[in-house]
Amino acid sequence: MSKLSLRGLSKTYGGSFQAVRCLDLDVESGEFLSLLGPSGCGKTTSLQMVAGFVPPTAGTIVVDGQDMTHIAPERRDMGVVFQSYALFPHMTVAQNIGFGLEMRKIKGAQLRDRVEGALAMVRLSGLESRYPRELSGGQRQRVAIARVLAIRPRVMLLDEPMSNLDAKLRSEMHVELRALQRRLGITTILVTHDQLEAMTMSDRIAVMANGCIAELGSPQEIYDTPTSEFAFRFLGQTNVITGRISSRNDGTASVLVGQTSFPAEIGRDHVGTDVKLFVRPERLRIGAADEGNVKGRVTTRLFLGGLWFYEIDTDIGQLRVTTPNQGAVQPTEGEIVGIRWNDGDLQIIAPEVAHA
Amino acid sequence: MRNKTLRTNGMPWFLSLPSRAFKRGHTNKTAPADSTPWLLSLPALALFLGLLVVPLALTAILSFNAFDGMRGVQPGYTPGSYIEILSDGYYHELFLRTGAMSLGTTIICMAVGVPETLILAKMRPVWQGTFFVVILGPLLISVVVRTLGWSILLGRQGMVNSALLSLGVVDRPTQLMYTMTGVIIVLTHVLMPFMVIAVWTALQKLDTQVAHAARSLGAGPVTTFRRIILPQLMPGILSGAIIVFTLAASAFATPAIIGGRRVKVVTTAIYDEFLSSLNWPLGAAIAMLLLLGIVFVVVGSNRLVERRFKQVFT
Repeated sequence: MSKLSLRGLSKTYGGSFQAVRCLDLDVESGEFLSLLGPSGCGKTTSLQMVAGFVPPTAGTIVVDGQDMTHIAPERRDMGVVFQSYALFPHMTVAQNIGFGLEMRKIKGAQLRDRVEGALAMVRLSGLESRYPRELSGGQRQRVAIARVLAIRPRVMLLDEPMSNLDAKLRSEMHVELRALQRRLGITTILVTHDQLEAMTMSDRIAVMANGCIAELGSPQEIYDTPTSEFAFRFLGQTNVITGRISSRNDGTASVLVGQTSFPAEIGRDHVGTDVKLFVRPERLRIGAADEGNVKGRVTTRLFLGGLWFYEIDTDIGQLRVTTPNQGAVQPTEGEIVGIRWNDGDLQIIAPEVAHA
Repeated sequence: MRNKTLRTNGMPWFLSLPSRAFKRGHTNKTAPADSTPWLLSLPALALFLGLLVVPLALTAILSFNAFDGMRGVQPGYTPGSYIEILSDGYYHELFLRTGAMSLGTTIICMAVGVPETLILAKMRPVWQGTFFVVILGPLLISVVVRTLGWSILLGRQGMVNSALLSLGVVDRPTQLMYTMTGVIIVLTHVLMPFMVIAVWTALQKLDTQVAHAARSLGAGPVTTFRRIILPQLMPGILSGAIIVFTLAASAFATPAIIGGRRVKVVTTAIYDEFLSSLNWPLGAAIAMLLLLGIVFVVVGSNRLVERRFKQVFT
């Protein structure tokens, strides 16, 4: 149960390339936090600085009030699960898991108990004497997790641990690892580019872009009410509509899109300014042609199992819409339909942060 | 990750062809097509037979020929040469000296070559290229030129001795030419590239995150190297050691020029029997025993280390 604080952490390579810029982040005790971002956003470098593999150019890493910035990785008491699992190929499963305990001078019956305990946690009991090459990918990953759990680290760091697993196994591991982390209460940082993984497992997500945190909040907060255009586009799908502020009254303004105007929460923009409106495909609803906010023609209809996906050409541009598959008859390609939404579903992101 | 099926599937087509041809032979009647792989490998096979197997067989036969000091090689067959070698202390010493020389060279190559490769791997790409040329340098120079160069360096007035004298390490020039020390120094120099290349290859296969994993689990840099990195480098170190040992035991030019008459080894003895004493059967018998000795050492050490580091080899 440890609290981790990163203050102004940054890493510059070769004097010019800024991999991480001024990372400020507090991870609460027992919290599961994800660093989510596209490749090259600096999330892995951040994790490596926390683990002690990469020295930061500036900033501090503090765990429970203790400055860790210049401490060697072996004395940080952090457990890392690597993307490649990084198991020791010349050691058995038990030796792999026992290695960290051995380094902590734990011997004999106590060592055996803790290795068995860790194996039981990841449901691999009985595989003690196997070698890594004799295990499947999923089993190797569990060994890598058990190896970290055995040392009861202050902080657990997960570096894209699921990316080598197939989709079904991955979603099972998400649930299992999350339950394990909750039960043990280990402060955890996960680095991933998989938004579904970040959303299913995290208490909070930090969306990273260009070495900075672009968005920080609970999964629902950053999905439903992101404050930057980057986050809106990076997480899930979104429709972008261009509109113009036609009138305003304190905080609420009327935004004219095509021939219709909609009320929207607005910042400091003046009447006459062009603004971008964002709306999620699942917030749009398809109805009869003569009802709804706009009218359009279905150009694409795709069946995704649980969902139907549409692309619809309207006066305000092409809109992407998803509807749940509830067995009802769906409009076909070429049909004219009406599209409805609720007032709060259209969001405006203030232009001063929309460049992130 | 590297399981057996993957390896056979990943084999180049020209290696997997013959086995496929065999399999087809059982089920299919198209016999002529099956000879294609054999025809294709015929030139290489002929070269191998003509240049290696035949001369070796002839040497083996020669070693059993009778020999008479006055009349030369005789037609009859006798194990006389072998009995002479095995019963004479002079030859025992010769073989022991050769073994010591090869072992010494191998150990120094391991002790220097492994750290050398690790340092090389940490260098920036530009320096890596430069130092690779430096390390591989000895292989690019003719053996005679290189060895004569060393004999200049190692002489009583050579650069090595003047350096040692001016540094105050010794008071008078040490004898390096015509000594075992000198031979081992020069052999180490020329055989080092083989060790470096072998260790380098093993190092490239290493997952860099494995070292990080060991560190994060609480192992210091030294423990990480000893317990995690070194065991995984063992296959590379072993194959390097085998190459170095074999080449050192069968080296001729270096012991002949640097060791001279004083440090006589098996290869120079074979040369003398063939060209000075003209006792060809005895020379051939020494050569066969050298071959057997090398095979014995290589296979033996291979077995030993392979059993010890079984998991790394597969």
